[in-house]
Amino acid sequence: MPEAIRLALAIAAKDIRAELRSRTALVSALVFAALVLVIFNFARDPTALSATDLAPSALWVTFALASMVALNRAFTIERENGALDGLLVAPVSREAIFVGKLLANLAFVGTVELVTLPLFTLFFNVSLWAVLPGVLGVAALATVGFVAVGTIFSAMAVRTRFAELMLPVLLLPFMVPPLLGAVQVTTRLLAGRPLSEMLGWLRLLALYDVVFVTLCTLVFSAVVDE
Amino acid sequence: MSAPVISLEVARRITHRGLALSAAALLGLALVYVLALGYTPVEARQGLAQKIFYLHVPAAWSALLAFSLVGFASALYLWLHDPRLDRFAAASAEVGVAFSAVMLTTGPIWAKPIWGTWWTWDARLTLTLFLFFLFVGYLVLRAAVQDPSERARFSAVVGILGMLLVPFIHLSVYLFRTLHPQPIVLKPSAPSLPPEMLRTLLISFAVFTLLYVGFVTARYGLALAEEARDAA
Repeated sequence: MPEAIRLALAIAAKDIRAELRSRTALVSALVFAALVLVIFNFARDPTALSATDLAPSALWVTFALASMVALNRAFTIERENGALDGLLVAPVSREAIFVGKLLANLAFVGTVELVTLPLFTLFFNVSLWAVLPGVLGVAALATVGFVAVGTIFSAMAVRTRFAELMLPVLLLPFMVPPLLGAVQVTTRLLAGRPLSEMLGWLRLLALYDVVFVTLCTLVFSAVVDE
Repeated sequence: MSAPVISLEVARRITHRGLALSAAALLGLALVYVLALGYTPVEARQGLAQKIFYLHVPAAWSALLAFSLVGFASALYLWLHDPRLDRFAAASAEVGVAFSAVMLTTGPIWAKPIWGTWWTWDARLTLTLFLFFLFVGYLVLRAAVQDPSERARFSAVVGILGMLLVPFIHLSVYLFRTLHPQPIVLKPSAPSLPPEMLRTLLISFAVFTLLYVGFVTARYGLALAEEARDAA
C-alpha cells in the first residue's frame, strides 16, 4: 500500500477512534437529524401535502443540516491543544492529511445518514427496501462531493471568528448541485422510474465528486500552511 | 511575504484616480438615463418597462465580469502570492456584489409587469442569485479573518472553488428546469434591436464597465490606505 494512503487511513482512524470514545458529536448530530425530521413532518399541512411528496426533500435537507453539524466538529477537535500544528509538523503530505480528514468526515456523516434512514421510513411512511441499494448509492455519490468541500471549509472556519456561522454561509451554495441532484434521483427512485431518467443527474453528481475532491485535495495546503 | 512599505501618498493617488473614473462613469450613467428615456423608441410589446433593460443587462455584465475576475485573481494568487492580486480580488468581489444587487433588484421590477411574477426559478436567475450568495459569503469570510496572509489564502481558495461551482449550479438548474417545463416565459431575446436601442445599450455597457473599473480602483486605493495605516 502506498505510504500516502496508509498515512491518510491512519489519520482517519485517529479521528474515528477519538469520536467513538467520546461519542458526543455523533450523538448530538443524530439527535439533531431526528429532530429535523420530526419538525419537517410537524410543519407540514397533512391535508395539503402528502408525506410522500415531501419525503425526498425532507430527507436531503435533514442530511444537509446534520452534515453541517458534523463538519463543524472536524477541525474544532484539531484546534484544541494545537493538535493540527502537531499533525502539520509530522512528515505527512498535506494531501494525505486532507484525504484522512475527508475519510473521517465521510464515516461520520455516513453514520448519521445511515441511522437517519430508518427513522425517515418510519416518520414518512415510505418503503425503502425495494430501492435501498439505489438510495444508498445516490447518498454516497452526493455526500462525497459536499463533504470534500465542507472539510476544507471547516478547516478555514475554525480559524475565523463566528466559526459555527461561517461554515453554513460558505458551504450551502456548494450544497446546491449535490442536493438538487440527490432529491431528483430519490424522487424518481421512490416513484419507480427507470434508470435512464436519472442518468443525467447521476453523471452530474459523479462529475461534482471528481472535480471537487481533486481540487480540494490540491488546494488544502493553501489553507493550513502559513 | 515581506510586504513593501506602502506609502499613503500612493494609496491616495490611486483612490483619487478611481474616484475620478467613477465620477466620469456616473456622468455617463446620467447620459444613459437621458438616452433611454428620450432617444430610444418605446418597445411595442413591453412598453416602458423595457427601459430597465439598459440598466439591468449592463449591471449583470459588470457583476459577472467582477466575479470571473475574482476567480482568476484567486487562482493566480495561490500561484504567485502577490498581495496585489488579493487586494484586487477583494475590491472586485465587493463591487461585484454591488452590481449584482442592482441586477437582482432591477430584474424583478421588470419581471412583475412582464412575466407577472417578481421571481421565477429560471436557470439564469437562480444562477445569479447563488453567485450573489457565494460572494456575500466570500466577503463575510474576509471580514472574519484577522491575519492578512491567512485572509488572502482562505479567500483565494473560496474564489477558486466558487469559480468551479458556477458551471455545476448552471447545469443542475438547467437539468432541473428542462425536466419540469415551466409556462413559457416572455424573454427579451433581441436578435435585431433598432439602432437607437443598440447604441444606447452599447453606451450603457461602456459606462458600466467604466463604473466597474472606477469602483475597483477606488476600493483598491482604499485597501492600500488601510494597509498603510495598519503598518504605521
